[in-house]
Amino acid sequence: MAEQRIIIVGAGPAGTRAAQACVAAGLQPIVLDEGRHAGGQIYRRQPDNFTRPYTKLYGTEADRAQAVHDAFDAIRDRIDYRPETLVWNIADRHVWTASGTGQTALPFDALLLCTGATDRLMPVKGWQYAGSYSLGGAQVALKSQAVSIGHRVVFMGSGPLLYLVASQYVEAGAAVAAVLDTSPFSARVKALPDLLAVPSILWNGVKLTQAIKRAGVPVHLGVTPVEILGDPDTGVNGVRFRDSGGKEQSIACDAVAMGHHLRPETQLADLARCAFAFDSHTRQWLPERDGDGRASVAGVYLAGDGARILGARSAEASGTLAALAALADLGLPVDKGVTASLRGEVATYAKFARGLATAFPWPSAQAAALPDDAVLCRCEGVSAGDLRAVMRETGAQEANRAKAFSRVGMGRCQGRYCGLAAAELIAAEAGIPVDQVGRLRGQAPVKPINIGIGDEK
Amino acid sequence: MPVMSRFVRLGETDRPPVTLYVDDQPVTALEGDTLMVALLASGGTLRQGEFGPEKRAGFCLMGACQDCWVWTSSGERLRACSTLATAGQRIVTSQPESTWPSNA
Repeated sequence: MAEQRIIIVGAGPAGTRAAQACVAAGLQPIVLDEGRHAGGQIYRRQPDNFTRPYTKLYGTEADRAQAVHDAFDAIRDRIDYRPETLVWNIADRHVWTASGTGQTALPFDALLLCTGATDRLMPVKGWQYAGSYSLGGAQVALKSQAVSIGHRVVFMGSGPLLYLVASQYVEAGAAVAAVLDTSPFSARVKALPDLLAVPSILWNGVKLTQAIKRAGVPVHLGVTPVEILGDPDTGVNGVRFRDSGGKEQSIACDAVAMGHHLRPETQLADLARCAFAFDSHTRQWLPERDGDGRASVAGVYLAGDGARILGARSAEASGTLAALAALADLGLPVDKGVTASLRGEVATYAKFARGLATAFPWPSAQAAALPDDAVLCRCEGVSAGDLRAVMRETGAQEANRAKAFSRVGMGRCQGRYCGLAAAELIAAEAGIPVDQVGRLRGQAPVKPINIGIGDEK
Repeated sequence: MPVMSRFVRLGETDRPPVTLYVDDQPVTALEGDTLMVALLASGGTLRQGEFGPEKRAGFCLMGACQDCWVWTSSGERLRACSTLATAGQRIVTSQPESTWPSNA
Protein backbone atom coordinates (compact mmCIF):
# COMPACT_ATOMS: atom_id res chain seq x y z
CA MET A 1 0.00 0.00 0.00
CA ALA A 2 1.34 3.42 -0.91
CA GLU A 3 2.00 5.67 2.04
CA GLN A 4 -0.89 7.90 2.97
CA ARG A 5 -0.19 11.47 2.01
CA ILE A 6 -0.59 14.02 4.76
CA ILE A 7 -0.24 17.68 3.86
CA ILE A 8 0.29 20.25 6.59
CA VAL A 9 -0.16 23.92 5.74
CA GLY A 10 1.86 26.13 8.05
CA ALA A 11 4.99 25.61 10.14
CA GLY A 12 4.23 27.57 13.28
CA PRO A 13 3.58 25.90 16.65
CA ALA A 14 0.54 23.99 15.38
CA GLY A 15 2.08 22.85 12.09
CA THR A 16 5.34 21.86 13.74
CA ARG A 17 3.69 19.72 16.41
CA ALA A 18 1.36 18.17 13.82
CA ALA A 19 4.33 17.24 11.65
CA GLN A 20 6.14 15.82 14.66
CA ALA A 21 3.17 13.55 15.45
CA CYS A 22 3.06 12.31 11.85
CA VAL A 23 6.79 11.56 11.85
CA ALA A 24 6.42 9.71 15.15
CA ALA A 25 3.81 7.52 13.44
CA GLY A 26 6.29 6.68 10.70
CA LEU A 27 4.85 8.97 8.01
CA GLN A 28 6.55 11.67 5.97
CA PRO A 29 4.17 14.61 5.72
CA ILE A 30 4.53 17.46 3.24
CA VAL A 31 4.82 20.72 5.16
CA LEU A 32 4.01 23.83 3.13
CA ASP A 33 5.25 27.08 4.63
CA GLU A 34 4.94 30.60 3.31
CA GLY A 35 7.85 31.61 5.52
CA ARG A 36 11.50 31.38 4.65
CA HIS A 37 12.15 29.50 7.92
CA ALA A 38 9.80 27.41 10.02
CA GLY A 39 8.48 29.00 13.21
CA GLY A 40 5.38 30.85 12.07
CA GLN A 41 4.67 34.40 13.15
CA ILE A 42 4.76 34.32 16.94
CA TYR A 43 7.91 32.18 16.97
CA ARG A 44 9.26 33.73 13.80
CA ARG A 45 13.00 33.27 13.47
CA GLN A 46 15.40 36.09 12.83
CA PRO A 47 17.69 35.95 9.78
CA ASP A 48 20.69 33.62 10.08
CA ASN A 49 23.24 36.41 10.51
CA PHE A 50 21.37 38.03 13.45
CA THR A 51 22.70 37.25 16.90
CA ARG A 52 20.09 38.15 19.56
CA PRO A 53 19.47 35.28 22.00
CA TYR A 54 16.05 33.60 22.43
CA THR A 55 15.41 35.44 25.69
CA LYS A 56 15.67 38.77 23.88
CA LEU A 57 13.46 37.69 21.00
CA TYR A 58 10.69 35.82 22.76
CA GLY A 59 10.83 37.01 26.38
CA THR A 60 8.77 34.83 28.69
CA GLU A 61 8.10 32.40 25.82
CA ALA A 62 11.78 31.88 24.96
CA ASP A 63 11.85 28.26 26.13
CA ARG A 64 8.69 27.42 24.20
CA ALA A 65 9.95 29.11 21.05
CA GLN A 66 13.21 27.22 21.28
CA ALA A 67 11.39 23.93 21.93
CA VAL A 68 9.21 24.41 18.85
CA HIS A 69 12.22 25.34 16.70
CA ASP A 70 14.23 22.39 18.03
CA ALA A 71 11.31 20.04 17.40
CA PHE A 72 11.10 21.23 13.83
CA ASP A 73 14.84 21.00 13.24
CA ALA A 74 14.86 17.46 14.62
CA ILE A 75 12.32 16.25 12.02
CA ARG A 76 13.48 18.50 9.19
CA ASP A 77 15.12 15.61 7.30
CA ARG A 78 12.18 13.29 7.76
CA ILE A 79 9.50 15.55 6.28
CA ASP A 80 9.04 17.04 2.84
CA TYR A 81 9.44 20.68 3.88
CA ARG A 82 8.71 23.33 1.31
CA PRO A 83 9.45 26.86 2.56
CA GLU A 84 8.46 30.01 0.68
CA THR A 85 5.51 28.13 -0.73
CA LEU A 86 2.06 29.70 -0.86
CA VAL A 87 -1.06 27.55 -0.83
CA TRP A 88 -3.38 29.62 -2.97
CA ASN A 89 -6.29 27.25 -3.52
CA ILE A 90 -7.85 24.00 -2.39
CA ALA A 91 -10.10 22.37 -4.93
CA ASP A 92 -11.04 18.85 -6.04
CA ARG A 93 -9.10 17.30 -3.14
CA HIS A 94 -5.92 19.01 -4.31
CA VAL A 95 -3.79 21.65 -2.64
CA TRP A 96 -2.57 24.23 -5.14
CA THR A 97 0.78 25.76 -4.35
CA ALA A 98 2.90 28.50 -5.85
CA SER A 99 6.55 29.14 -5.16
CA GLY A 100 9.51 30.73 -6.87
CA THR A 101 9.97 27.62 -8.98
CA GLY A 102 6.44 27.28 -10.22
CA GLN A 103 3.12 25.83 -9.22
CA THR A 104 1.86 22.38 -8.44
CA ALA A 105 -1.34 20.61 -7.39
CA LEU A 106 -0.92 18.04 -4.65
CA PRO A 107 -3.55 15.41 -3.84
CA PHE A 108 -3.97 14.48 -0.17
CA ASP A 109 -5.43 11.82 2.07
CA ALA A 110 -5.40 14.16 5.06
CA LEU A 111 -5.02 17.91 5.04
CA LEU A 112 -4.08 19.75 8.22
CA LEU A 113 -4.67 23.48 8.04
CA CYS A 114 -2.43 25.29 10.55
CA THR A 115 -2.72 28.65 8.85
CA GLY A 116 -2.29 30.94 11.84
CA ALA A 117 -3.70 34.38 12.38
CA THR A 118 -3.44 37.98 11.33
CA ASP A 119 -4.26 41.12 13.29
CA ARG A 120 -7.88 42.08 13.79
CA LEU A 121 -8.16 45.73 12.87
CA MET A 122 -10.65 48.41 13.72
CA PRO A 123 -10.19 51.26 11.25
CA VAL A 124 -9.50 54.70 12.67
CA LYS A 125 -9.78 57.84 10.60
CA GLY A 126 -6.32 58.41 9.09
CA TRP A 127 -5.12 54.81 9.31
CA GLN A 128 -4.12 54.93 5.65
CA TYR A 129 -1.18 57.22 6.40
CA ALA A 130 2.35 55.88 6.13
CA GLY A 131 3.48 54.99 9.64
CA SER A 132 0.32 53.12 10.65
CA TYR A 133 1.13 49.47 11.16
CA SER A 134 -0.63 46.47 12.55
CA LEU A 135 0.49 45.41 16.03
CA GLY A 136 1.72 42.12 14.65
CA GLY A 137 3.62 44.03 11.99
CA ALA A 138 5.24 46.22 14.62
CA GLN A 139 6.32 43.05 16.42
CA VAL A 140 7.70 41.45 13.26
CA ALA A 141 9.75 44.61 12.60
CA LEU A 142 11.41 44.27 15.97
CA LYS A 143 11.64 40.50 16.21
CA SER A 144 12.84 39.66 12.75
CA GLN A 145 14.61 42.87 11.72
CA ALA A 146 15.59 44.61 14.99
CA VAL A 147 13.92 47.87 13.99
CA SER A 148 11.23 50.06 15.50
CA ILE A 149 8.42 51.17 13.16
CA GLY A 150 9.10 54.80 14.12
CA HIS A 151 10.99 57.31 16.22
CA ARG A 152 8.01 57.77 18.57
CA VAL A 153 5.40 55.07 18.58
CA VAL A 154 1.83 55.03 19.93
CA PHE A 155 0.28 51.63 20.61
CA MET A 156 -3.48 51.80 20.12
CA GLY A 157 -6.20 49.17 20.20
CA SER A 158 -6.69 46.38 22.67
CA GLY A 159 -5.78 42.84 23.52
CA PRO A 160 -2.77 41.01 24.90
CA LEU A 161 -0.62 41.86 21.88
CA LEU A 162 -0.97 45.59 22.66
CA TYR A 163 0.91 45.17 25.92
CA LEU A 164 3.24 42.46 24.71
CA VAL A 165 4.54 44.45 21.75
CA ALA A 166 4.63 47.77 23.63
CA SER A 167 6.71 46.15 26.36
CA GLN A 168 9.02 44.55 23.81
CA TYR A 169 9.55 47.99 22.24
CA VAL A 170 10.30 49.53 25.63
CA GLU A 171 12.70 46.72 26.44
CA ALA A 172 14.49 47.09 23.09
CA GLY A 173 15.01 50.80 23.68
CA ALA A 174 12.36 52.20 21.31
CA ALA A 175 10.57 55.43 22.20
CA VAL A 176 6.99 54.52 23.12
CA ALA A 177 4.79 57.62 23.40
CA ALA A 178 1.71 55.97 24.89
CA VAL A 179 -0.41 52.84 25.13
CA LEU A 180 -4.06 53.58 24.35
CA ASP A 181 -6.39 50.72 25.21
CA THR A 182 -10.05 50.87 24.16
CA SER A 183 -11.00 48.37 26.87
CA PRO A 184 -12.02 49.68 30.29
CA PHE A 185 -10.48 48.34 33.48
CA SER A 186 -13.86 46.98 34.58
CA ALA A 187 -13.78 44.46 31.71
CA ARG A 188 -10.65 42.90 33.16
CA VAL A 189 -12.24 42.45 36.54
CA LYS A 190 -15.18 40.72 34.88
CA ALA A 191 -12.81 38.46 32.95
CA LEU A 192 -10.74 37.41 35.95
CA PRO A 193 -12.44 34.06 36.67
CA ASP A 194 -11.76 32.84 33.11
CA LEU A 195 -8.29 34.37 32.97
CA LEU A 196 -7.32 32.44 36.09
CA ALA A 197 -7.57 29.27 33.98
CA VAL A 198 -3.93 29.89 33.01
CA PRO A 199 -2.41 31.94 35.85
CA SER A 200 1.09 31.92 34.33
CA ILE A 201 -0.01 33.83 31.21
CA LEU A 202 -2.13 36.17 33.31
CA TRP A 203 0.85 36.89 35.52
CA ASN A 204 3.05 37.52 32.46
CA GLY A 205 0.49 40.08 31.29
CA VAL A 206 0.52 41.85 34.63
CA LYS A 207 4.31 41.98 34.61
CA LEU A 208 4.42 43.38 31.07
CA THR A 209 2.00 46.14 31.96
CA GLN A 210 4.03 47.02 35.03
CA ALA A 211 7.20 47.19 32.96
CA ILE A 212 5.56 49.60 30.52
CA LYS A 213 4.39 51.88 33.32
CA ARG A 214 7.71 51.67 35.12
CA ALA A 215 9.37 52.95 31.94
CA GLY A 216 7.24 56.08 32.28
CA VAL A 217 4.97 55.31 29.33
CA PRO A 218 1.43 56.65 29.84
CA VAL A 219 -1.18 53.89 29.67
CA HIS A 220 -4.78 54.98 29.09
CA LEU A 221 -7.66 52.54 29.46
CA GLY A 222 -11.16 52.91 28.08
CA VAL A 223 -10.16 55.32 25.32
CA THR A 224 -12.02 56.07 22.10
CA PRO A 225 -9.68 56.61 19.15
CA VAL A 226 -10.70 59.70 17.16
CA GLU A 227 -8.11 60.15 14.44
CA ILE A 228 -4.62 59.30 13.31
CA LEU A 229 -3.24 62.67 12.28
CA GLY A 230 -1.00 62.81 9.27
CA ASP A 231 0.13 64.25 6.01
CA PRO A 232 -0.27 62.49 2.64
CA ASP A 233 3.45 62.82 1.84
CA THR A 234 5.15 62.42 5.20
CA GLY A 235 2.69 60.14 6.97
CA VAL A 236 1.59 59.94 10.60
CA ASN A 237 2.30 62.87 12.91
CA GLY A 238 -0.03 62.26 15.83
CA VAL A 239 -3.03 60.57 17.39
CA ARG A 240 -6.21 62.10 18.73
CA PHE A 241 -8.37 60.20 21.22
CA ARG A 242 -11.00 60.68 23.91
CA ASP A 243 -9.90 59.46 27.31
CA SER A 244 -12.15 57.47 29.63
CA GLY A 245 -13.49 60.74 31.04
CA GLY A 246 -14.53 61.91 27.56
CA LYS A 247 -11.80 64.55 27.28
CA GLU A 248 -10.08 64.82 23.93
CA GLN A 249 -6.29 64.53 23.93
CA SER A 250 -3.57 64.53 21.26
CA ILE A 251 -0.20 62.81 21.27
CA ALA A 252 2.57 63.55 18.79
CA CYS A 253 4.12 60.49 17.16
CA ASP A 254 5.37 59.31 13.79
CA ALA A 255 4.09 55.75 14.02
CA VAL A 256 1.02 53.94 15.31
CA ALA A 257 0.86 50.21 16.02
CA MET A 258 -2.78 49.26 16.02
CA GLY A 259 -4.95 46.19 16.43
CA HIS A 260 -7.56 44.37 18.48
CA HIS A 261 -6.14 40.94 19.13
CA LEU A 262 -6.23 38.50 16.23
CA ARG A 263 -8.40 36.85 13.62
CA PRO A 264 -7.87 33.38 12.18
CA GLU A 265 -6.76 32.97 8.58
CA THR A 266 -9.67 30.82 7.44
CA GLN A 267 -9.66 31.33 3.67
CA LEU A 268 -8.21 27.87 2.95
CA ALA A 269 -10.77 26.18 5.19
CA ASP A 270 -13.40 28.08 3.24
CA LEU A 271 -11.99 26.98 -0.13
CA ALA A 272 -11.89 23.40 1.19
CA ARG A 273 -15.65 23.89 1.69
CA CYS A 274 -15.62 23.56 5.46
CA ALA A 275 -18.79 24.68 7.22
CA PHE A 276 -18.53 27.86 9.31
CA ALA A 277 -20.45 29.02 12.36
CA PHE A 278 -20.74 32.43 13.97
CA ASP A 279 -18.98 32.78 17.31
CA SER A 280 -20.86 35.41 19.29
CA HIS A 281 -18.08 35.79 21.84
CA THR A 282 -15.50 37.07 19.37
CA ARG A 283 -18.06 38.17 16.75
CA GLN A 284 -16.20 36.19 14.11
CA TRP A 285 -17.13 33.35 11.78
CA LEU A 286 -15.07 30.26 12.53
CA PRO A 287 -14.74 26.96 10.71
CA GLU A 288 -16.59 24.22 12.54
CA ARG A 289 -14.57 21.36 14.01
CA ASP A 290 -14.99 18.62 16.54
CA GLY A 291 -13.01 18.54 19.78
CA ASP A 292 -10.01 16.99 18.03
CA GLY A 293 -9.89 19.33 15.04
CA ARG A 294 -11.90 17.45 12.41
CA ALA A 295 -13.56 19.90 10.03
CA SER A 296 -16.96 19.27 8.47
CA VAL A 297 -15.22 17.96 5.32
CA ALA A 298 -13.77 14.44 5.61
CA GLY A 299 -9.98 14.39 5.64
CA VAL A 300 -9.61 18.06 6.55
CA TYR A 301 -8.35 19.04 10.02
CA LEU A 302 -7.97 22.44 11.66
CA ALA A 303 -5.50 23.44 14.35
CA GLY A 304 -3.92 26.43 16.02
CA ASP A 305 -4.94 30.06 15.73
CA GLY A 306 -5.99 29.46 12.11
CA ALA A 307 -9.05 27.68 13.46
CA ARG A 308 -9.75 29.78 16.53
CA ILE A 309 -7.62 32.25 18.46
CA LEU A 310 -6.48 30.29 21.49
CA GLY A 311 -2.83 31.29 21.50
CA ALA A 312 0.52 29.72 20.74
CA ARG A 313 0.58 27.33 23.68
CA SER A 314 -2.79 25.94 22.70
CA ALA A 315 -1.66 25.72 19.08
CA GLU A 316 1.01 23.20 20.04
CA ALA A 317 -1.60 21.02 21.72
CA SER A 318 -4.24 21.38 19.00
CA GLY A 319 -1.63 20.71 16.31
CA THR A 320 -0.72 17.38 17.88
CA LEU A 321 -4.37 16.60 18.53
CA ALA A 322 -5.43 17.26 14.94
CA ALA A 323 -2.59 15.11 13.64
CA LEU A 324 -3.59 12.27 15.97
CA ALA A 325 -7.18 12.57 14.73
CA ALA A 326 -5.93 12.35 11.14
CA LEU A 327 -3.75 9.34 11.97
CA ALA A 328 -6.64 7.59 13.71
CA ASP A 329 -8.90 8.24 10.71
CA LEU A 330 -6.23 6.76 8.44
CA GLY A 331 -6.32 3.61 10.52
CA LEU A 332 -3.10 4.11 12.47
CA PRO A 333 -2.89 3.36 16.19
CA VAL A 334 -3.22 6.38 18.48
CA ASP A 335 -2.74 6.57 22.24
CA LYS A 336 -6.15 7.51 23.67
CA GLY A 337 -4.59 8.74 26.91
CA VAL A 338 -2.51 11.31 25.03
CA THR A 339 -5.55 12.46 23.09
CA ALA A 340 -7.57 12.91 26.26
CA SER A 341 -4.88 14.94 27.96
CA LEU A 342 -4.47 17.20 24.91
CA ARG A 343 -8.21 17.80 24.81
CA GLY A 344 -8.04 18.92 28.42
CA GLU A 345 -5.18 21.27 27.65
CA VAL A 346 -7.02 22.90 24.75
CA ALA A 347 -10.15 23.28 26.91
CA THR A 348 -8.13 25.17 29.51
CA TYR A 349 -6.75 27.55 26.89
CA ALA A 350 -10.25 28.00 25.48
CA LYS A 351 -11.43 29.17 28.89
CA PHE A 352 -8.52 31.59 29.07
CA ALA A 353 -9.28 32.85 25.54
CA ARG A 354 -12.87 33.52 26.58
CA GLY A 355 -11.45 35.60 29.41
CA LEU A 356 -9.33 37.58 26.94
CA ALA A 357 -12.38 38.25 24.77
CA THR A 358 -14.18 39.60 27.85
CA ALA A 359 -11.21 41.62 29.09
CA PHE A 360 -10.39 43.14 25.70
CA PRO A 361 -13.69 43.33 23.84
CA TRP A 362 -13.85 44.06 20.11
CA PRO A 363 -15.22 47.64 20.06
CA SER A 364 -17.86 47.01 17.41
CA ALA A 365 -19.58 50.33 18.09
CA GLN A 366 -16.46 52.10 16.86
CA ALA A 367 -17.11 50.82 13.33
CA ALA A 368 -20.64 52.11 13.43
CA ALA A 369 -19.37 55.49 14.65
CA LEU A 370 -16.74 55.92 11.91
CA PRO A 371 -17.24 59.35 10.32
CA ASP A 372 -18.22 59.34 6.64
CA ASP A 373 -14.87 60.75 5.58
CA ALA A 374 -12.82 58.05 7.34
CA VAL A 375 -11.15 55.50 5.08
CA LEU A 376 -12.66 52.11 5.90
CA CYS A 377 -10.88 49.98 3.28
CA ARG A 378 -7.30 51.16 3.09
CA CYS A 379 -6.46 49.04 0.02
CA GLU A 380 -9.03 50.67 -2.22
CA GLY A 381 -9.44 53.96 -0.36
CA VAL A 382 -13.16 53.38 0.23
CA SER A 383 -14.60 55.57 2.97
CA ALA A 384 -17.23 54.69 5.56
CA GLY A 385 -19.49 57.19 3.80
CA ASP A 386 -18.96 55.42 0.46
CA LEU A 387 -20.13 52.14 1.97
CA ARG A 388 -23.14 53.79 3.63
CA ALA A 389 -24.08 55.41 0.29
CA VAL A 390 -23.83 52.04 -1.47
CA MET A 391 -26.14 50.55 1.14
CA ARG A 392 -28.65 53.33 0.65
CA GLU A 393 -28.53 53.10 -3.15
CA THR A 394 -28.54 49.33 -3.54
CA GLY A 395 -30.07 48.06 -0.32
CA ALA A 396 -27.08 45.73 0.07
CA GLN A 397 -26.95 44.28 3.59
CA GLU A 398 -24.94 41.14 2.92
CA ALA A 399 -21.14 41.25 3.13
CA ASN A 400 -20.35 39.92 -0.35
CA ARG A 401 -23.06 41.95 -2.03
CA ALA A 402 -21.88 45.13 -0.30
CA LYS A 403 -18.35 44.26 -1.37
CA ALA A 404 -19.38 43.87 -5.00
CA PHE A 405 -20.97 47.32 -5.05
CA SER A 406 -18.50 49.21 -2.86
CA ARG A 407 -15.18 47.35 -3.39
CA VAL A 408 -14.75 47.14 0.40
CA GLY A 409 -12.81 43.90 0.84
CA MET A 410 -11.95 43.57 -2.83
CA GLY A 411 -8.46 45.05 -2.67
CA ARG A 412 -4.97 43.79 -2.06
CA CYS A 413 -5.62 42.37 1.42
CA GLN A 414 -8.87 40.70 0.30
CA GLY A 415 -10.78 42.00 3.28
CA ARG A 416 -8.41 40.68 5.95
CA TYR A 417 -8.07 44.08 7.60
CA CYS A 418 -11.38 45.85 6.88
CA GLY A 419 -13.81 42.95 6.55
CA LEU A 420 -14.80 42.55 10.19
CA ALA A 421 -15.24 46.29 10.74
CA ALA A 422 -17.19 46.64 7.47
CA ALA A 423 -19.58 43.92 8.66
CA GLU A 424 -20.13 45.82 11.92
CA LEU A 425 -20.77 49.06 10.05
CA ILE A 426 -23.26 47.36 7.74
CA ALA A 427 -25.03 45.71 10.67
CA ALA A 428 -25.33 48.99 12.56
CA GLU A 429 -26.47 50.88 9.50
CA ALA A 430 -29.06 48.24 8.58
CA GLY A 431 -30.12 47.63 12.18
CA ILE A 432 -29.50 43.90 11.96
CA PRO A 433 -27.31 41.53 14.03
CA VAL A 434 -23.81 41.23 12.58
CA ASP A 435 -24.13 37.50 11.92
CA GLN A 436 -26.91 38.30 9.46
CA VAL A 437 -24.43 40.33 7.42
CA GLY A 438 -22.57 37.08 6.81
CA ARG A 439 -18.90 36.79 6.04
CA LEU A 440 -16.66 37.55 3.10
CA ARG A 441 -16.15 34.36 1.11
CA GLY A 442 -12.56 33.14 0.72
CA GLN A 443 -11.43 33.58 -2.87
CA ALA A 444 -8.64 31.87 -4.78
CA PRO A 445 -5.92 32.91 -5.05
CA VAL A 446 -5.95 33.68 -1.33
CA LYS A 447 -3.00 35.98 -1.96
CA PRO A 448 -1.85 37.50 -5.25
CA ILE A 449 0.28 35.16 -7.35
CA ASN A 450 2.31 35.84 -10.45
CA ILE A 451 0.50 34.87 -13.62
CA GLY A 452 2.18 32.92 -16.35
CA ILE A 453 4.26 30.64 -14.16
CA GLY A 454 4.67 27.17 -15.60
CA ASP A 455 3.92 23.79 -14.05
CA GLU A 456 6.57 22.34 -11.82
CA LYS A 457 8.14 19.10 -13.02
CA MET B 1 9.23 68.27 6.11
CA PRO B 2 9.95 64.90 4.52
CA VAL B 3 10.67 62.07 6.90
CA MET B 4 14.33 61.13 6.57
CA SER B 5 13.84 57.67 7.90
CA ARG B 6 10.80 55.86 9.17
CA PHE B 7 12.29 52.79 10.80
CA VAL B 8 14.83 53.03 13.59
CA ARG B 9 17.49 50.37 14.01
CA LEU B 10 17.65 49.12 17.61
CA GLY B 11 20.34 46.50 17.29
CA GLU B 12 21.99 43.96 14.99
CA THR B 13 23.86 46.78 13.29
CA ASP B 14 27.12 44.89 13.12
CA ARG B 15 26.33 43.38 9.72
CA PRO B 16 28.12 43.95 6.42
CA PRO B 17 26.61 46.74 4.32
CA VAL B 18 25.05 46.06 0.93
CA THR B 19 24.30 48.70 -1.68
CA LEU B 20 21.19 48.55 -3.82
CA TYR B 21 19.56 51.10 -6.09
CA VAL B 22 16.13 52.53 -5.45
CA ASP B 23 14.77 54.64 -8.30
CA ASP B 24 18.39 54.80 -9.51
CA GLN B 25 19.66 56.24 -6.22
CA PRO B 26 22.15 54.18 -4.19
CA VAL B 27 20.82 52.98 -0.83
CA THR B 28 23.00 51.34 1.78
CA ALA B 29 21.36 48.52 3.71
CA LEU B 30 22.68 45.75 5.93
CA GLU B 31 22.96 42.10 4.96
CA GLY B 32 19.78 40.36 6.16
CA ASP B 33 17.57 43.44 5.79
CA THR B 34 14.28 43.03 4.01
CA LEU B 35 13.68 45.47 1.18
CA MET B 36 11.17 47.19 3.42
CA VAL B 37 13.74 47.83 6.12
CA ALA B 38 16.36 48.83 3.55
CA LEU B 39 14.01 51.44 2.09
CA LEU B 40 12.41 52.68 5.31
CA ALA B 41 15.65 52.94 7.28
CA SER B 42 16.75 55.45 4.65
CA GLY B 43 13.43 57.03 3.65
CA GLY B 44 9.88 57.65 4.72
CA THR B 45 7.69 55.73 2.30
CA LEU B 46 7.60 52.85 -0.19
CA ARG B 47 5.17 53.91 -2.87
CA GLN B 48 2.30 56.18 -3.88
CA GLY B 49 -1.18 54.92 -2.96
CA GLU B 50 -3.31 54.17 -6.03
CA PHE B 51 -6.67 55.29 -4.66
CA GLY B 52 -5.76 58.24 -2.47
CA PRO B 53 -3.31 61.12 -2.26
CA GLU B 54 -1.19 59.50 0.44
CA LYS B 55 2.06 57.64 0.20
CA ARG B 56 2.30 54.15 1.69
CA ALA B 57 4.88 52.38 3.82
CA GLY B 58 3.44 48.89 4.35
CA PHE B 59 1.16 47.72 7.11
CA CYS B 60 1.26 44.08 8.25
CA LEU B 61 4.89 43.01 7.59
CA MET B 62 3.78 39.39 7.28
CA GLY B 63 2.79 39.09 3.66
CA ALA B 64 -0.96 39.43 4.23
CA CYS B 65 -1.86 43.01 3.29
CA GLN B 66 0.19 43.53 0.09
CA ASP B 67 0.59 47.22 0.96
CA CYS B 68 4.37 47.11 0.48
CA TRP B 69 4.69 46.24 -3.19
CA VAL B 70 7.70 47.58 -5.03
CA TRP B 71 9.06 46.49 -8.41
CA THR B 72 12.32 45.41 -9.96
CA SER B 73 13.61 47.47 -12.85
CA SER B 74 12.46 44.67 -15.16
CA GLY B 75 8.90 44.98 -13.86
CA GLU B 76 8.67 42.05 -11.45
CA ARG B 77 6.48 42.80 -8.44
CA LEU B 78 8.02 42.21 -5.00
CA ARG B 79 6.58 42.24 -1.52
CA ALA B 80 9.09 44.47 0.28
CA CYS B 81 8.35 42.96 3.70
CA SER B 82 9.28 39.42 2.69
CA THR B 83 12.02 39.97 0.09
CA LEU B 84 15.63 40.25 1.18
CA ALA B 85 17.69 43.23 0.05
CA THR B 86 20.70 42.12 -2.00
CA ALA B 87 23.71 43.94 -3.38
CA GLY B 88 23.20 45.55 -6.75
CA GLN B 89 19.42 45.08 -6.74
CA ARG B 90 17.58 47.71 -8.79
CA ILE B 91 14.20 48.62 -7.31
CA VAL B 92 11.58 51.03 -8.57
CA THR B 93 8.86 52.40 -6.31
CA SER B 94 6.26 53.28 -8.92
CA GLN B 95 4.11 50.66 -10.57
CA PRO B 96 5.46 49.99 -14.08
CA GLU B 97 1.95 50.01 -15.57
CA SER B 98 1.31 53.50 -14.20
CA THR B 99 3.85 54.89 -16.62
CA TRP B 100 2.41 53.17 -19.69
CA PRO B 101 1.54 55.65 -22.44
CA SER B 102 -2.17 54.84 -22.19
CA ASN B 103 -2.18 56.11 -18.61
CA ALA B 104 -0.15 59.20 -19.33
